[in-house]
Amino acid sequence: MSKELVIISGKGGTGKTTLTSSLAYVMKDKIIVDADADAANMYILTSPKLKHKELFKGNPKAVIDVNKCVNCDLCRKLCRFDAIHINPDGNYYVDEVKCDSCELCKIACPAEAITMKEVYSGEWYESETPFGLMVHAKLYPGAENSGNLVTMVKHRAHVISEEQDIPYILVDGSPGIGCPVISTISGANFVVVVSEPTPAGLHDLERVKRLCDSFKVKSGVVVNKYDLNEEKTRQIEEFAKKEGMEVLGRIPFDECVPKAIVNLQIPYEACESVKRAVDEIYARVMEKL
Amino acid sequence: MKIAITSGKGGTGKTTISTMLAYSLDNPQYIDCDAEEPNGHLFLKPKIEKTIPYTELVPQINEDICTFCGKCADACAYKALVVMGEPLKKTMFFDELCHSCGACAYVCPVEGALIEVPKRVGEIRVGKAGHIDFVMGLLDVGQASATQLIATLKREYMDDSKTVILDSPPGTSCTVVETIDGVDFVILVAEPTPFGLSDLKLSVELVRDMGLNFGIIVNKHEEDNGLIEDYAQQESIPILYRLPFSKDIAKSYSNGALPFEKYKNDFKGVIKQIEERI
Repeated sequence: MSKELVIISGKGGTGKTTLTSSLAYVMKDKIIVDADADAANMYILTSPKLKHKELFKGNPKAVIDVNKCVNCDLCRKLCRFDAIHINPDGNYYVDEVKCDSCELCKIACPAEAITMKEVYSGEWYESETPFGLMVHAKLYPGAENSGNLVTMVKHRAHVISEEQDIPYILVDGSPGIGCPVISTISGANFVVVVSEPTPAGLHDLERVKRLCDSFKVKSGVVVNKYDLNEEKTRQIEEFAKKEGMEVLGRIPFDECVPKAIVNLQIPYEACESVKRAVDEIYARVMEKL
Repeated sequence: MKIAITSGKGGTGKTTISTMLAYSLDNPQYIDCDAEEPNGHLFLKPKIEKTIPYTELVPQINEDICTFCGKCADACAYKALVVMGEPLKKTMFFDELCHSCGACAYVCPVEGALIEVPKRVGEIRVGKAGHIDFVMGLLDVGQASATQLIATLKREYMDDSKTVILDSPPGTSCTVVETIDGVDFVILVAEPTPFGLSDLKLSVELVRDMGLNFGIIVNKHEEDNGLIEDYAQQESIPILYRLPFSKDIAKSYSNGALPFEKYKNDFKGVIKQIEERI
């Protein structure tokens, strides 16, 4: 069974993709997974060549047949997701974005006017990159179910890794602590949390750490742009130590990083400061895996 | 007037822009809808007057009268209920899978066998930060979705007599849709990087799909970088403001303070532009 290394951050924009792409550059024998289906960015730095594409089925949505509908208003009253409305012609309809696919309206409808319709909520891909295979996805804007899509791409990566005997899976996660993040960290061998030395960085790290604990996943922290506020960096590292989190390393603030990204270069490749930091982080992470 | 601030990519400065905007208004209400990782309170430092637990309904089964007919499990689209008939006679509920839709209670044929009880999912904090009315949602760690919590914030706490600033989660999925649904104007905050541009395009697709009025604020703007500018021009999207890249703002942000007073007039200008557009 291959080992899964997950990079998340709680707060967005702390440098997840900077670190993940740099790790992708140094790490051998792995499959890359971009689990941030909502705002996938790994493809930008890894110039993937698409090999395989599939549509992702979301949960089915309710549809009302206006010819059968008797305007009893029961479905609208019962729906807890505020998904059923009446249009100016007086016809009932379902707001697909709000529909949570619970099917209560369909069960309750006395006129059997409601059916569930299949919808696609995204796509997932397998691509070849200079750093190995990548499984990635795109959730259609406004779609739900990103947790299921994450589970799907991770599962696909595990299937390939078994077939081809690839020992590691490197996963770039999404911000927050909700369903996509829960799906991203469940089953991980080790989670790296990228933080930044700001009150928001620390605040969000605390929540993400509790999430890792509740899923019994071991975690470590990397402070990105640590020298912007060394006092806050110390606070973050103290928090980590106190909570039994591994302190994996620090990445300095370097104007080379945004420049590298603008030039579509992986920061590890372009910036000496990042290379030094990531080499150390990589060595520590591999010990933990 | 209701203005939502969102972005495709996380960490582009939604909270910075939202709080600065709220500060510059005369009669503002700030609602932090990023209930997974709310940060507005770190900068506005509100005095919290009330903390209200936020609950959602989940089923509770009385096995003494349950007939183990299995109708609740059949009705549950999320597979949160499993019923085992003779000889085990057990109804199991997995609360992490439950979406509180109420289908199980609706179909249960035995009165009292399945009732709905509130379960804590998070909390809502209400207070004041100077002249700003402050509301935030906070999802409990381990809970899957903040969508209904956001819906509750908007339904029960939004004050129509104020100019409401809704600080949205990042991305383009259900929590963002819930936040921006029905607002008068959406501000998309973007940073001029390839990541920022790629995620901005997804946000634009979403707000256009939803038929909302919107504009862009560029954060960490640099004169020689036209990445967002070119795209906005090409798509005829107004750029409302450019907040310059400045070590000043980064430093004060990292100390939990923002230069509200310094940018007050700029953001008054932003509000004026929005008023002209709606």
